[in-house]
Formats: sequence, C-alpha cells, structure tokens
Amino acid sequence: MKPFAYALAVGLAAAQFATSALAAEITGAGATFPFPVYSKWAEAYRKETGTGLNYQSIGSGGGIKQIQAKTVDFGATDAPLKPAQLEKDGLVQFPTVMGGVVPVINVAGVEAGKVKLTGELLADIYAGKILKWSDPKIAKLNEGVKLPDANITPVYRSDASGTTNIFTTYLSSVSEPWKKEFGAATTVSWPVGQGGKGNEGVTATVKQVPNAIGYVESAYAKQNRLAYALIENKAGKYPQPDEKAFQAAAASADWKSTPGFGITLTNQAGDDAWPITAATFILVHKEPADAVKAGEVLKFFDWAYGNGDRLATELDYVPLPDNVVGLIHEEWKGIRGKDGKPVFGM
Amino acid sequence: MTALTQSIALARASGTARTAPSKSADRLFQGAAYASALLVLAVLAGILGSIVYGAWPAFSEFGFGFLTSSAWNIGTEQFGALPAVIGTVAAALLALIIGVPVSLGIAVYLTQLCPGWARKPVAMTIELLASVPSIIYGMWGLFVFAPLFARFVQVPVSNLVEGMPVLGTVLYARIPSGVGVLTAGIILAIMIVPFVASITRDMLDQIPTVLRESAYGIGCTTWEVVRHVLVPQASVSIIGAIMLGLGRALGETMAVTFVIGNANRLSASIFDPGSTIASRIANEFNEADGLQLSSLMALGCLLFIITFFVLIVARLLVRRAKVA
Repeated sequence: MKPFAYALAVGLAAAQFATSALAAEITGAGATFPFPVYSKWAEAYRKETGTGLNYQSIGSGGGIKQIQAKTVDFGATDAPLKPAQLEKDGLVQFPTVMGGVVPVINVAGVEAGKVKLTGELLADIYAGKILKWSDPKIAKLNEGVKLPDANITPVYRSDASGTTNIFTTYLSSVSEPWKKEFGAATTVSWPVGQGGKGNEGVTATVKQVPNAIGYVESAYAKQNRLAYALIENKAGKYPQPDEKAFQAAAASADWKSTPGFGITLTNQAGDDAWPITAATFILVHKEPADAVKAGEVLKFFDWAYGNGDRLATELDYVPLPDNVVGLIHEEWKGIRGKDGKPVFGM
Repeated sequence: MTALTQSIALARASGTARTAPSKSADRLFQGAAYASALLVLAVLAGILGSIVYGAWPAFSEFGFGFLTSSAWNIGTEQFGALPAVIGTVAAALLALIIGVPVSLGIAVYLTQLCPGWARKPVAMTIELLASVPSIIYGMWGLFVFAPLFARFVQVPVSNLVEGMPVLGTVLYARIPSGVGVLTAGIILAIMIVPFVASITRDMLDQIPTVLRESAYGIGCTTWEVVRHVLVPQASVSIIGAIMLGLGRALGETMAVTFVIGNANRLSASIFDPGSTIASRIANEFNEADGLQLSSLMALGCLLFIITFFVLIVARLLVRRAKVA
C-alpha cells in the first residue's frame, strides 16, 4: 500500500502545481503579423515571472470576434477598430509594436534601393495602368538606372491579411483613383498580377518571376535579402526602409488626439518617415469580468514595453516611441474591475 | 456428400446445431443498421442546413447573379462566384485528363504485366503517395515544381504559340511564374493517382482468373484481354474510382491554394493564375465578416451542389455501364 500512497501524494502535489500554473496563464488570439514577437516575449516573460501566455495567431478578424465573445483575455488586430466600434463593444485598444511594409522587386541588374517610385506609380502598377518597367513615368524618376522593356508582374497576398490592409490603405491615401476603384481592405479585387499565400508565398513568387514587384513586411525583405524599391514620402524624400524610418513615422503621428490610438501611420509627414508603416493593436475589455486576469494581461504588456525592445528589434519589429508608451499607461487607468478599482496598479 | 451428412450428424450429436434465430437480436441489429444510415443523412442535412443558413444573406442579396458575376470586391461588398466555379471545374477536369490514364496504366501494369517480385514495391510506392499531406504537395509544387515547369514548359510553349489563333490564347502565359490553373491540375493529378490506381488494381485483381485464361486460351493478346475482358468487367468500379478521384480534386484546398496563383479573374489561358472555391475560402475565411462571410458560405454551398451533381452523373454512368 505504501508505494500507492506515495504515488497518490505525488500525483496530488503535481495536480496542485498544475492548477497554480494554470491560474497564471493568460490567453490571447488574433493577428498573425506580431505572432513571432509575442511568442518570444511570452517565453522570456514566463522565465522571469512564471506567468505563461497562450497566443493563437488566428488572424485579426478572429481576434476581434473572440474578444467580443469574451473567450480570450485579449484580442489582437492589425487594423485598428474605429472609436465608435470600441465604444459599442466596451473595448480599450492600444498598440504594441510597429512594422513597415516594403515593395520588393526582382529586376535583373537592379540592386536594393536603386529604383525610386512614388505612391501614385505604385498604385498605377497594381491597378494595371503601368505595364512595363520602361514606362516613361518610371524612367523619368530613375534617370541613370537601366530598366528593362519588360512587363511588370505585380504580386499580392492571396490570403486576407493585415499587410494587405496596410498596403492598400497607403495606396488609397496617395491615389484617388485607387481609393475609388479598389479601396483599402484585407483583400481587394486585384485587377492584374498573381497572389502568393502569406509573406513567404509573396517572397517566393517575387524571387521566381523575373520583373516582378511585391510587398512584404520589412522583416521578410531583410531576411531574404530581396531588392526593394524606395518610395517617396510626404516630404518628397526617399528614406531607406529601416528602423529609423519606421520610428520617424511613429514620431510624427498625432497619437494624443486619436482615441484608441487607431491612427494610420501611412504617409506621415517628416523627412525620414517611411510612408508604409503601421502598428499592431491589442484589445481588452474596459470593464473586464475577471479583473485579476485583465491585470495580468496589462502587466505582461507593461513588461514588454520595458524589457521587450531588444527581442522585438532582433525580429525586425520596431518598438514604440517612449512618449506613446506613456500615453498607453494613461489609457490603462480607465480599465477598471467591477469594484471600480483600476486593474493595473501604477 | 457423405462428408456433409457426416458433419450434420456430428453437429446434431454435439448439440451445436443452429438454433432458430432470436427475433429480438435480429430486430436490434436491424434497428442499429437503420439508425446508422439515418445518422449519416441527419449529419448531411445538418451541414447543408447550416451552410445554407450562413449563405442566405448572400443569396438573397445577389440572387442568381451570384452565379454569373465575376466581381469580388470587399470594399463595395460585391461578390460573385463565376471565376471560382470555373476554376474549380477546370482544375479538376485537367487533373482527371492527366491522372486517369496514368492510374489505369498503373493498375493494368501491376495486375497483368508486372513481374511478381516488383509488384509489392511498386504498389507500396503508389500507396505512399496517398499518405503525403496536401500541404506538402502544395509547398513542393510552389518551391520545386513551379520554377521547373516555368523554365522548361511555360516559357518555351508560350514563345512557340505566341500570336497563333487558338493555341496562342489557351497556352500563352502572360506571367511565366510556373503557377496557374494547369499547374494546379498537374499537382491534383499526382494527388488522385494513388486513389484511382489502387481501387482499380483491387478490382482488376478480383476478376476471376478463369475469364482471363480462357481469353488467352483462344489466342487473345494482352491488349485484347485488357480491352475486351478486364475493362468491361471492372467498368463500374473504375467509374467509381474516377469519381472518388474527381471528388478529391474538386475539394482539395491547401495544395491548390499554393499553386493556382489566386487571381479572381477569368482567363482563357490554362497557364494563367485562377482560383477555386476551396482556395478562395481558405484564403479569406479567417478574416471575413458580414456579407463576405456569407458569400464564402455561398461558395461552399455551390461546391456542395457541384459535388452532388458529379455524384448523380456517376450514378447514371454506372447504371449505363451495368446495362451494357
């Protein structure tokens, strides 16, 4: 009987341990774009505090639906919700990290950053109005660069994605015809070109098809050493798509007067601002049913703002500027439990 | 005869003779079988019902126009199914055109011509193809097959047919990237070969040897035996096997999503990118909302109807084959 009793005791202890570990487990679901950095943060955070994070990257739409249904502790979305929508669902929204979208090209003999494009030209290429690299409008902008007399193949994301939303938001902000005909969404009715599934699908297609142009998150462009084109920003400059340029876009944005931080970072003023920049967002309930869990969620992101910058940069994400983090902390004060106390203790 | 009488006597003596069937057990078995059959119908009705319910907003908004429209615009909430339906049917038909002759060839070879020692390894290799997950076919198709296909088939063929009256339209690739409706058809063909080939092989194996041997006995060649004895004998099952392959080709999702090019356009060229119902749903479902979600449900409903239609055609074919 003795070994049995011993096993029982061990089993009970293990069960107890398991429940206590489960208690400190926060769950989130949503956008796929920040998944790599969220999982890195979660790993480091668990090591430090013992609190685990279970994040399911099911897409922004799914993240919004799940937080509305209260099946997760937080939702994540690439496309920010409108203030009215936040009000209606009783949600608070705040950004976590930023990223840039970069037009990548595959033109023989043309190196990275050698071709310049304007937003209007980019929109015309994707609308099928400019068909060849040798088009006079492109040539005029790129004197001294030898571009072939070949058809351009635009490559887009075939799956609905936040990246496409950022890209088409940008095209809509710089091109009136694009806005009218196609608009901005997670997928649009592309008139020309071909679709690749995921960032990796677009990357593979651009690499394989001569004279193709595609758009991917900056991390993919960098890791795959793809040639990219420079885009004219609002100030008429052509910045390099790097961390400095994404940060500059965030710095010029007016975060303060936008409820829910749902600001579009595309086409911001500022000499160094990369024009196709965007943040990704977290959604939590303003009056959470479980104040302890909600507090854990905010604690996690507070830790990430303070300690996660290096991990984010390693993965080619861009940390938020410090002043924005300060504004987010202000916003958190409004998240209160049923007893009226803020769930996040400052 | 004596053996039979003996064993009956033995059984009688030992008391294990068959007793009268128990009525209640019989009824229980009948009931269970009946319930299983009804359960399938109920599940099917439930699936169809929930799809139609989800698709209803799209059907009532667009009506019959949903079927004939080629729009797919989320911004303006205009949706149509035509390119996806045509893409689905085209890719599946291409898969059959390529896959079925190969499968029948494999089956005939394995049962009639293959030396005994090679039979097992070849059969196992074919069946192994069936166990490869479709995402692997998709990735292999995109990263390995498509570039080779573009270089050695698409580009030379496009250069050859450029400007020709009909071939110049059907076989000209504006984007020679290696992906498109034909590539999807080829990948699908590889995926249905193991199903069609193994079922056909099993059926050919089950044809009594005496039939074959008597045909050889009156001096038939192997071709004549296959054409006039084996194929007519197994035709019903072969049609069934082909229909199973067609079902897989119509519904295949991941592999097709990778290699079809995902363009919502109608194109006369089989080299051009297109999309299928399943690939459209796979691409957009997780971010869809409102009318878009309903339209995707409506696409699913159409796929259901297409598959159903295919099954009816298969039934009719089988009936004709039986009569003949």
